Amino acid sequence: MTVLEAVLLILVAAGGGCVALVRNPLRQAMAASLFGSLLAVLFAVARAPDVALSEIVVGAVALPLMILLALAKIRGGQR
Amino acid sequence: MSIAGRRAAFLAGAAVLVALLTWGFAGLLPGRPAGPTPRVGDLLASASGPDRHVVDPVALVGLDARSLDALVAAFTVVAAVAGTTLVLRARPDEWAGHALDFATGRRVPPTSDAVRVLGLGLTPPTVLFGLYLVTHGQLSPGGGFQGGVVLAAGVLLIYLAGEFEDLHGLYGDRALERGLAAGAGGTVAIGFLGLAAGPAFLANALPLGRTGDVLSGGTIPLLDVVLGLGIAVGFVALLTTFLHQAIVLRPLGARR
Repeated sequence: MTVLEAVLLILVAAGGGCVALVRNPLRQAMAASLFGSLLAVLFAVARAPDVALSEIVVGAVALPLMILLALAKIRGGQR
Repeated sequence: MSIAGRRAAFLAGAAVLVALLTWGFAGLLPGRPAGPTPRVGDLLASASGPDRHVVDPVALVGLDARSLDALVAAFTVVAAVAGTTLVLRARPDEWAGHALDFATGRRVPPTSDAVRVLGLGLTPPTVLFGLYLVTHGQLSPGGGFQGGVVLAAGVLLIYLAGEFEDLHGLYGDRALERGLAAGAGGTVAIGFLGLAAGPAFLANALPLGRTGDVLSGGTIPLLDVVLGLGIAVGFVALLTTFLHQAIVLRPLGARR
């Protein structure tokens, strides 16, 4: 295991912990996006560029976007 | 359920997970085989060139050696879209308003020119990159799924640069349905091609071409294209459903 891989594994573990521990859903969506980006870098370093490509779009963009839209819907109905 | 009860349930589940993971990791084969016996991964990697005329072994695994996974991926997206549209349908106490961004208690600033230019400027290269990924899955990292989600991201950029109406004006719900059906149905059709011309369902029964060409690898690029179509349309359908729910539908009695 190289230093880069070790650092990335620690960052991914910390990022995953952050997503679980952040209690505000809006911030959680942002943390999930960052976590997705970190995972994508880890996949690329682990020589899995195919998985990294999908992780960038799905984990870092599509999933947080759907959470944000769901939050917008919930808050829009609270007036 | 009380907090203590929830915590107990979580700790019990976590203990089982840790035990299973430890058991699994302990039984993992070494990444590089110590002896001379080739492992499955090495076999597939060494067979991708000579046997299937494919440069990227991942494409060989996903779309040929385990081509049923491609079928499952296509139908997973169909199931996700069907479930989402069913759950996020308009309720009787909702009405469809103008598709404009809104926020509670403050005015929404109009989309700035910088965001418009960036979004519209990024759309063509993103779509082109998506098409490249879809068509070059057998040659370089990428393929139907990866290219499909990148294509969907290109479409999403149009929404970010403009309004929901601009996006929804490009296609109707019918076009989405047809694209999704073509993606999933195309995978099945290629499967039957393998059954008719080859030994088994989804078998690679087409001429393999010359290694390194865009048209090489038999059914692999064909599966990439139908899978890319299905995944791209599926993601666009999912995002359209979410956007419609969040932006267009409003509760009755809250007319603005």
